[in-house]
Amino acid sequence: MTQAQTPDTVQGIGHSRKRVEDARFLQGRGNFIDDLKLPGMLHLSIVRSPYAHARIKSINTDRAMATPGVLAVITGETLKQFNVHNMPTLMSDTQMVLPVDTVKYQYQEVAGVLATDRYTAADGVAAVDVEYDPLPAVVDPKKALEPGAPKVRDDKPSNQIWHWEWGDEQKTEQAFNQAEVTVAEDIYIPRIHVSSIETCGCVAQWDPVDKHLTLWMTTQAPHAIRTVVALVTAHLGLSEEKIRVISPDIGGGFGGKVPVYPGYVIAVAASIVTGKPVKWIENRTENLAADSFARDYHMHVELAGQTDGTLTALRINTIADHGYTDAAANPSKFPAGLFHICTGSYNLKDAFVEVDGVYTNKPPGGIAYRCSFRVTEAVHAIERMADVMAHTIGMDPAEFRMKNFIKPEQFPYKSALGWEYDSGNYGAALRKAMDMVGYEDLRREQAEKRARGELMGIGISSFTEIVGAGPSKDFDILGIKMFDSCEIRVHPTGKAIARFGTKSQGQAHETTYAQIIAEELGIPSDHIKVEEGDTDTAPYGLGTYASRSTPTAGAAASIASRKIRDKAKKIAAHLLEAAEEDLVWERGKFYVKGSPDRFKTIQDIAFAAYTNHPQGMEAGLEAVDYYDPPNLTYPFGSYICVVDIDRGTGAVKVRRFVAVDDCGVRINPMVVEGQIHGGLAMGFAPALLEEIIYDENGNLLTPNFMDYLLPTAVETPRWETGETVTPSPHHPIGAKGVGESATVGAPAAIANAVVDALWHLGVRNIDIPITPPKVWALLNQYGVAVEE
Amino acid sequence: MIPPPFEYVAPKSISEAVKILDRDTNAKILAGGQSLIPLMRFRLASPTLLIDINRIDGLEYIREEVGWLKIGALTRETHLDRSDLIESRYPLLADTTRMVADPLVRNLATLGGNLAHADPANDHPATMLAYGARVVATSPSGTRVIPIQEFFVGPFESSLEHNELITEIQIPAYQVGSSGAYAKMERKVGDFATAAVAVQIQLDRSGQCTYAGVGLTNVGLMPIKAAAAEQSLVGQVLNDAVIHKAAQLAGEVAEPQSDQRGTEEYKRALVRTLTVRALRTALKRLDRGG
Amino acid sequence: MNTHKITMTVNGQTVEADVEPRMLLVHFLREKLNLTGTHIGCDTTSCGACTVQLNGTPVKSCTVLAVQADGGVVNTVEGLAQNGQYHPIQEGFREMHGLQCGFCTPGMMITAVSLLEQNPDPTEDEIRWGISGNLCRCTGYVNIVKAIQYAGEKMRAQNAVPQANAEVHP
Repeated sequence: MTQAQTPDTVQGIGHSRKRVEDARFLQGRGNFIDDLKLPGMLHLSIVRSPYAHARIKSINTDRAMATPGVLAVITGETLKQFNVHNMPTLMSDTQMVLPVDTVKYQYQEVAGVLATDRYTAADGVAAVDVEYDPLPAVVDPKKALEPGAPKVRDDKPSNQIWHWEWGDEQKTEQAFNQAEVTVAEDIYIPRIHVSSIETCGCVAQWDPVDKHLTLWMTTQAPHAIRTVVALVTAHLGLSEEKIRVISPDIGGGFGGKVPVYPGYVIAVAASIVTGKPVKWIENRTENLAADSFARDYHMHVELAGQTDGTLTALRINTIADHGYTDAAANPSKFPAGLFHICTGSYNLKDAFVEVDGVYTNKPPGGIAYRCSFRVTEAVHAIERMADVMAHTIGMDPAEFRMKNFIKPEQFPYKSALGWEYDSGNYGAALRKAMDMVGYEDLRREQAEKRARGELMGIGISSFTEIVGAGPSKDFDILGIKMFDSCEIRVHPTGKAIARFGTKSQGQAHETTYAQIIAEELGIPSDHIKVEEGDTDTAPYGLGTYASRSTPTAGAAASIASRKIRDKAKKIAAHLLEAAEEDLVWERGKFYVKGSPDRFKTIQDIAFAAYTNHPQGMEAGLEAVDYYDPPNLTYPFGSYICVVDIDRGTGAVKVRRFVAVDDCGVRINPMVVEGQIHGGLAMGFAPALLEEIIYDENGNLLTPNFMDYLLPTAVETPRWETGETVTPSPHHPIGAKGVGESATVGAPAAIANAVVDALWHLGVRNIDIPITPPKVWALLNQYGVAVEE
Repeated sequence: MIPPPFEYVAPKSISEAVKILDRDTNAKILAGGQSLIPLMRFRLASPTLLIDINRIDGLEYIREEVGWLKIGALTRETHLDRSDLIESRYPLLADTTRMVADPLVRNLATLGGNLAHADPANDHPATMLAYGARVVATSPSGTRVIPIQEFFVGPFESSLEHNELITEIQIPAYQVGSSGAYAKMERKVGDFATAAVAVQIQLDRSGQCTYAGVGLTNVGLMPIKAAAAEQSLVGQVLNDAVIHKAAQLAGEVAEPQSDQRGTEEYKRALVRTLTVRALRTALKRLDRGG
Repeated sequence: MNTHKITMTVNGQTVEADVEPRMLLVHFLREKLNLTGTHIGCDTTSCGACTVQLNGTPVKSCTVLAVQADGGVVNTVEGLAQNGQYHPIQEGFREMHGLQCGFCTPGMMITAVSLLEQNPDPTEDEIRWGISGNLCRCTGYVNIVKAIQYAGEKMRAQNAVPQANAEVHP
């Protein structure tokens, strides 16, 4: 439990401070992109390909241009004249803005229709006549790697994008050869889509007089966008100091609002050409069909160990379906993200992983679903296989985990794949979860039920997450290092404004960052205004995704506050006519050692910074910090899920779900818990409901919410949450990230529970989503399906 | 997601509405709009004229009269859901209305619209088949009563003439010993059925079944009346063996397609399972004096 | 283009406009009346972000034509607070952390208000059933349920004895 050290009047760390953001949202006064209206604003809508792979024979815009109110139709040919028909991806591949001759995925952008309003734009889109020559589509990445498979990319030698490997292949091979037990499974984690309730969009406003571009945009990383736009449009005369990216209120991001989508670029081009503001807002079908997906990893996972339950080695071979271009928003040195966290919470000596990225005729992406760069895939692999190994040797899965956990005294722990875990106490978290759920009683109940033919399962996921990208020696996005920033300015009346390089999409930064500063300086958090998202005012940062804000910008807030405190001490010494070394800091004030009645508050000091600062010292009281984290942070947890399976329908009912999370120090317990609730729902849904499905011709079968299934309050379980607190030793306030832990850890708990329920029948693995038909097919196969 | 342009009119009477329908073959009725408007937003339906019948008085009512439960065609699902009369005497209908879409859609969606749309995935058609209901339709030439078995003729196709408007749905009135249930398997709230079974039974004082209606949802191109299953129940005491036999027969007449909701084999098994469950629920309700 | 003249009361104010029949109520509110608190989240009447009260009933305004609301009464999130005081539902969402990104919140609150007006003391199951037409991606629904329970308690107390509402926070 993070104990609050500050009083209620200050609301520093540990307070469940009510949210500052709520006032505008509760009154319907949020500033989301589609709320923005500018005088003369035009509307952009996009014509999209019905084919997954096709040559464009012709684009006839006569009918569209004859529609009153339609002003222009922009095609790849239009953009090619300015050489902006293609753009680089974050992984240094190439992505089309608009195609010149071939489309590579169904619903790909083919032309932009510019009109006076969105209704006319829709009519214009329906009136653009495109003739296509369909080509064979490549949909299965394994088939894509076979010799003779149709090529997805004309500009590439094959459908393989890259091969990546990590770890010691020979030593791992030896370990497997020497192992008493080995287990292996093919585990497929299908494509899913983050589906924030707000879709993506922008308003681009080009000022032809000032040659200035303002781009309001659903982006989680406004500065990175500004720099990328500057680089890509430099040849057109745009310049970074005259580009302003504003990320206002964002209705959910989860990684889906990190990439640069063609719609943004077309809108910018349209605004430059017309000199008018241009709005582009995608509808839900476009969002599901064309925007960045996540997962789509075909994994072959092997574990080696001894019959006494000791795990010795891990090997994973993965085929990664990336769509038609590699546009995953990974740090540039890591094409498979942080997948090599897959040794998980266990003291494994040897490991080797390899991933092959593959092109297919699907939209690009790969990591946009609350998952910190492939960590969900990694955790799912190790936690599923831990259960497989435990069951295979006949050991209780909780006991198995306890036996193999990295022990508290082993931290900082260097994993077999090279990560240095900062801190952890895995056994305590699992024990707590077991107590909360009543584990031993449940195992007894399961045995009784099994004897009667009832199918009940208990699944554990004891995950280690890896967040807070990241240290500059290893982490960059397109070359820009992954520091983050905080700039604080204290006003004469003792209030403050703090700006950050991150960008909240619901994570309550306006509330929680102020709490960090309040903790450090004693200024009440209600007196600290927090801003993010405007590149003209905010210090440079890499944005909010992969649970990095608290580890990077949160740390920067702390360090910047301490820089201010250092200057404040000098001013206090001046005011108190004492030596600096005789002053003691007691949250909110400096007092003279031994004479506590001789003090100056931070407010006194702030005022003095402008009215009575020491001669020779600069006026003002402010600081900025660009924080280069020395390491990532490693939040962890143990989740236990209890399921009951309906033998008639195959339906899986989650009876209970206990989640014990450890993210170190909790800045705002209420906010942290809310993040976990939401994360659990986004772990539960892929486990049982969500899947982006294509047929063999690349047609998307789940292009809307009728078939892409988001859970309602009825399906979503009632989460039971608990915590342990193991601070991060290297973070200034001991905090780790937490936003994605639950999404990373939950699917394996649910999958393990279902397999646990059916293991005795012979079931070893079920790929998520674990739908009733899938379960029923197994029940039927093993002769235990009933019809009542 | 913007509909194409169309004309709009909101008549105040049934006769005005059907006159307009008669005149214009490209006109469509707008009742709840919860099926029609989404189709128009996707430009899958493009009527050039919408006839909004929501201003016509006297089309929303629920009353028992002369051996029939009579429901006005414009009666909203929520209204059906909240009716004590339906809850206590027509449990099959009560179950069904609650399974239509979600609570917000149910505030506007109408019973008449659900039937007129004739989507085999809609919930009410199978239920009306199980009840042996009748549909009252009005045209400029007058009114006719269509037995439900003659109402559905194809996917999204009813036997209504273009110039006919459903005005009332009639369900045989409750009698002591009648009960029913709707068992629907859906992937989540708001989804169409993977499969669903509607069951309406009447038992006499000795516990023998004197009427059985069994309707199947979304396991064929049209809602299906499981006649053989029905016949196997009539004249019987509904014990386990009889119930399973009926379920078997219901499964045999289902014509499910394999799709994202499940394989043909799975859906057929579901029909059997849901038939058993619906019958058992209906019987339990009778035991409780319902 | 053919337009119809429509009149309606929105959040207590009378409004008049000329609209195409195809104009959806949600676009009418957002674009003609600048009431952008009601949001659009999907194409298939699934997500409920567009929920408003029409003639006292919560409906998905993306699946209602503006012309259908002619002569009617519409209430949106902007009309919840009265005289600078939060509606109990707004207070509940704030106190119980029932929102994160805020995008589904207006629709969720409108549904919740109607739910509580219809059923002043709902069970948790009834609340979850009642909001099953509103999707949220951020909260996992736990705190939304708590927010609605909080509001229900407050509204029941108010109906017993009239009380001052919470201040709207700036």
